[in-house]
Amino acid sequence: MTGTDIKQIEETIKPPLTSVGGLGWMRANLFNTWFNSVLTLVTLYTLGKVVPPFIRWAFIDSLWLSTGEACKAAEGACWSIIPANIRFIIFGFFPYESQWRPLVAMVLLVGLLFYSRNRGHWKKSLLYAWGAGLLTMGLLMKGGILGLASVESTQWGGLPLTLLLSVFGLAAAYPLGVVLALGRASRMRAIKALCIVYIEMIRGVPLITLLFMSSIVFPLFLPEGVTVNVILRAQVAIILFTAAYIAEVVRGGLQAMTTGQYEAAESLGLNYYQTMRLVILPQALRIVIPPTVSQLISALKDTSLVVIIALYDLLKTTQSVLSNPTWMGFSSEAYIFVALIYFGCCYFMSSYSRRLEKELDRGF
Amino acid sequence: MSEEKPDNQLQPTGESIIEIKEMHKWFGEFHVLQDINLTVQKKERIVVCGPSGSGKSTLIRCINRLEEHQRGRIIVDGIELTNDIKNVEKIRAEVGMVFQHFNLFPHLTILENLTLGPIWVRKTPKKEAEADAMAYLEKVHIAEQAKKYPGQLSGGQQQRVAIARSLCMKPNVMLFDEPTSALDPEMIKEVLDVMIELAQEGMTMLVVTHEMGFAKSVAHRVLFMDYGRIVEQNTPSEFFDNPQHDRTKLFLSQILH
Repeated sequence: MTGTDIKQIEETIKPPLTSVGGLGWMRANLFNTWFNSVLTLVTLYTLGKVVPPFIRWAFIDSLWLSTGEACKAAEGACWSIIPANIRFIIFGFFPYESQWRPLVAMVLLVGLLFYSRNRGHWKKSLLYAWGAGLLTMGLLMKGGILGLASVESTQWGGLPLTLLLSVFGLAAAYPLGVVLALGRASRMRAIKALCIVYIEMIRGVPLITLLFMSSIVFPLFLPEGVTVNVILRAQVAIILFTAAYIAEVVRGGLQAMTTGQYEAAESLGLNYYQTMRLVILPQALRIVIPPTVSQLISALKDTSLVVIIALYDLLKTTQSVLSNPTWMGFSSEAYIFVALIYFGCCYFMSSYSRRLEKELDRGF
Repeated sequence: MSEEKPDNQLQPTGESIIEIKEMHKWFGEFHVLQDINLTVQKKERIVVCGPSGSGKSTLIRCINRLEEHQRGRIIVDGIELTNDIKNVEKIRAEVGMVFQHFNLFPHLTILENLTLGPIWVRKTPKKEAEADAMAYLEKVHIAEQAKKYPGQLSGGQQQRVAIARSLCMKPNVMLFDEPTSALDPEMIKEVLDVMIELAQEGMTMLVVTHEMGFAKSVAHRVLFMDYGRIVEQNTPSEFFDNPQHDRTKLFLSQILH
């Protein structure tokens, strides 16, 4: 066969035009059956009806830096509610002139979180950095020394409070959940029973109930004159609640481990703690990254339930702005803004979990 | 396989390292091991064979207490196996075990698989443990794979790594639980070769296997088990050429065709 023959054959066996490129993709994905074709057309029609008006409302007819009165006359979205009230939405009742303090604390926290994303940075020095960072954040929020005015925790609110409850809630609930899962898988009957009772009791109760109990019932048992900070009580309730769910997720991971892994570790002479820490948990926890993160994300959003015990978290400060007569009626804009903040936090977590999964993939 | 006669230095020393006396074990109501008496001498190599379900795996798993016996005594290297978990851990560190399904730790590199025991159980400094591990990887002809993960290796390679992992603990006894049964046929030889090399260095070995060629050329003694009992034990030549019990004869006729 000569070279030209081969070339001719190559040309003749090119795939038909309708199965490649954009046209082929559309055929395969949008119009491959009559049912899908109908769905595609209905979807296109709906999008056409919804998207342009939304864009007009949100971007074209909208006001960004006007007063409340101007907004009432306008057709489109009144984004002005955000810049006009941003400091109250973000910081709540924190003294106005000291609001740089929670801001610095948040920047520090977010900075540390971002730096910790890279597992290459997980060294001892990072642990010290976190220790120093947390201390600084605490000082900034609380004040009282170094010429910083003291701010009572009852005045904390807005985004710093939400981040505080979430970050510490999740950071404490995760290890506690792992311990509970190990306890539930334990061969020691008493420990196992204790863990099962705890997990089932907590899971059988809504978070709202726990928050109410922490804020109303719990203080009744304290001796007179002794009070425990309401934020701390809410924090503990969130930790206890989330830990029970994490425990069940982790238990799923433990059950996925074969006895061979335990036996191999034991036959090397590793003791129980070494076996768990070095062999079982690293594998089991990796397997359950997706459900764990989904649990943590839902816990993050659940922190907004603290409004019912009169804590001014991000959602509550936003609602308070809406009760101001000047800005009444612009709840869509305000809630979209808050939703974006929540989305940012949750997306950070889920994208990080995907990255972690990829990094830890060892092909097993 | 090696035809040369093992020299005197490689013969059993007469000094016992494992003693099993009147040992019984039940799984629930099922009497898996019945009145087991066995003494293993230092540098002795024993092959355990028998039909499936005869208790041969359970027997060697009792020696490092992956299974618990309910009656009788097991003494390994002067330490009796009891419920004392500290004793059990001490024995496990002295007794290497190789499994049918390798059981490497898939989240660790080959090198980390090998150094885990030495670093955490023997408290060997990391540098030293790694140098040691590399030496053992050389020995099982797989040093170039040190940085890979188990999932990237073939079955035969994984089993050789598993052998090296046990050797890193510098055990006095090696237990093999059907080490070649889960391998593709073309990989069996590479694993058996490593085991033969180990035998030539005078390692005390208890091997549960169906590889009769290995038994003939390497073992000092072959045990035949059936229904939870040691039915017959003899030197390989006597065992294969002149079996005493009917059940042994039946078994041999079935597996040697």
